[in-house]
Amino acid sequence: MTATEQVTAADQVTTVKPRPIVLSVVFALAAVAIAVVSLSIGTTKLPVADVVDVLLGGGRSGTRLIVLELRLPRVATGLLVGIAFAVSGALLQTLSRNPLASPDIVGVNSGAAAAAVAVIVLAGTGGGNISGFAAKVGIPTAAVVGGLLATLVVGLLSIQRGVVDAGRVVLIGVGVAAAANSLVAWLLVIGDVTDAGRAAAWLAGSLNARTWSDAVPVGLAVLVLLPVALMFNRSLEALVLGDDVASSLGVRVSRVRIVLLVIATVLAAMATAGAGPIAFVALVAPQIAQRLAKSDRPPLMTTAMLGALFVTAADLVARNGLELLQVGPYELPVGIVTAACGAPYLLHLIGRQQKGR
Amino acid sequence: MRIRGFRAGALAALVLVVVLAFAASLALGSRWLGIGAVLHALADPNGSDADVIVRSLRLPRTVVAVLIGACLGVAGALMQGHTRNALAEPGIFGVSAGAALAVVLGLQLGIADSVGSTVWCALIGALVATFGVQRLASRGSGATPVGLALTGAAVAALLGALTTSIVLFDANTLDGYRFWAVGSVAGRGLDVAAQVLPFALIGLLLAAINARDLDLLALGDDVAAGLGLSIRRARLVGLLAIGLLTAAGVAACGPIGFLGLLAGHVARRIFGARNSWLIPAAGLTGAAALILADLVGRLVGGAGEVQAGVVLGLVGAPLFVLVVRRRAVAL
Repeated sequence: MTATEQVTAADQVTTVKPRPIVLSVVFALAAVAIAVVSLSIGTTKLPVADVVDVLLGGGRSGTRLIVLELRLPRVATGLLVGIAFAVSGALLQTLSRNPLASPDIVGVNSGAAAAAVAVIVLAGTGGGNISGFAAKVGIPTAAVVGGLLATLVVGLLSIQRGVVDAGRVVLIGVGVAAAANSLVAWLLVIGDVTDAGRAAAWLAGSLNARTWSDAVPVGLAVLVLLPVALMFNRSLEALVLGDDVASSLGVRVSRVRIVLLVIATVLAAMATAGAGPIAFVALVAPQIAQRLAKSDRPPLMTTAMLGALFVTAADLVARNGLELLQVGPYELPVGIVTAACGAPYLLHLIGRQQKGR
Repeated sequence: MRIRGFRAGALAALVLVVVLAFAASLALGSRWLGIGAVLHALADPNGSDADVIVRSLRLPRTVVAVLIGACLGVAGALMQGHTRNALAEPGIFGVSAGAALAVVLGLQLGIADSVGSTVWCALIGALVATFGVQRLASRGSGATPVGLALTGAAVAALLGALTTSIVLFDANTLDGYRFWAVGSVAGRGLDVAAQVLPFALIGLLLAAINARDLDLLALGDDVAAGLGLSIRRARLVGLLAIGLLTAAGVAACGPIGFLGLLAGHVARRIFGARNSWLIPAAGLTGAAALILADLVGRLVGGAGEVQAGVVLGLVGAPLFVLVVRRRAVAL
């Protein structure tokens, strides 16, 4: 069966729903608006009009430097990381039919965390700068390698007689994640307290001091993999109905699953390298998007745009929240805000859904 | 009849494993003692070095490991049953996160300055979190398995964020917290066991009561209600048991992640889905696993031992993978 036939067959189970599309557009516009506001706020406050001017190619060189070189990398990393985490979560949740399945708990993030924390703790010099061999690897590189390695182990262990059962992938992922998390806890204990603090900050997920070298890898991953994931949209739609139904509709279940698992993994690993394991985005963005879109699975594009909006907004709060509350000039890691804001909203949505039942 | 005989035999074998692990935990360590020396210390101590090692160092932590391992194992099995989610365990259910937040607050305020006072902080935090999850999940038409699982995850994330934001701004609290958070039975005396014993016992009792109801719930909420089960009450009893057991476990030893997941799945693999067998088996599996993890950590560590929580992750995870590798997962 060719790819075209496959799509046509799966096509029969879908009807065009306007709601997810409208939501995607709204979320995307809101994300861009918040990004622009974010670019205008900082030690030097810039008028929004100037920021827009710079983004459209104009503006004075001083303003251009502040916006394009100092602030845009951070904001862009936030947008891209949000998309990557959210899409990764949506794919994993759909594939495994488990709303708890997200890169947070299936090995990617934990593997990345173990590698990154190892660099921070083992190469750390008690609060000084990172040095030695491990420093040359760099935290983002270590995170990507650790994340992919953990997932490779999960993948190889999950294949049984050539078949990949998604539930088994998730469970084995949890096992590998547990091992990696133990390693993290142990590294935190044997390390110096200052290094442990730095590790804890990285583990919370942060967009502080990002440069283009953080944003570009995630950007490439999103640019290449998001369209590929969208091409499988109809196969996903069929997979929700169960493996048997899906294969009777012409979906090559095992192959689709492996491709999408790889996409989910790479997206999560790149995002973690870019900003640390930002809590909860991958879990909550698909769930919220699914509920708002009144869909039976997380709609990919809506989830992606919601992820971008979520992280960008959370970073704005993380940068300025404590100052507005007059608590002090501290910046919170963005991961704390995503958890603190996303969790109550998810709870609200679950409650409303149960009332409506 | 034959299946029943098999299960009874397997349960007896599990009991034997726990007893052997217990004995090994008393005999082995940085100094290896013979069975004679252990029995001497237990039955007729006269203050020799071996007696002191066994009675004041090894016996307390082994007793704590049995009790807490059983609590966390049973809690894991209950949680997997109630959420019908193979991933459910205390670590992703808000209970451990509640305990962690309370401990961090305790450290911050200077209340949690000893193992004894940390226990109370963790206990209160875990119980409040369980109660919160239960209340939040049963809004509207009552707790559904998916609602329960997601609510637990959301509460865990929220509480975890608060915990992180406190430890990030206070190095002293972080220093105390990281040693608690790794999960260990070292230095936990019999007084700790006694402190959490009432919670553990009530939790185990409720779990026993809940086992049969859980079998009905597994048929689906509608069928269970049709068979005359009060779903609300069954969920409440189950959640109360989960809360008490996890609270006791986390309070005594820190958030030993993964034990509930491991014990629940190992027991399910051997005993199948019948909860009246599954739940006691998970308890025994948990007890054996925690004793052995502690023992291994003592043996490999040399002077500084590796905490049981770390060993469980690094050794237990491959074991867990072996267990789940061979079958498609369904609850």
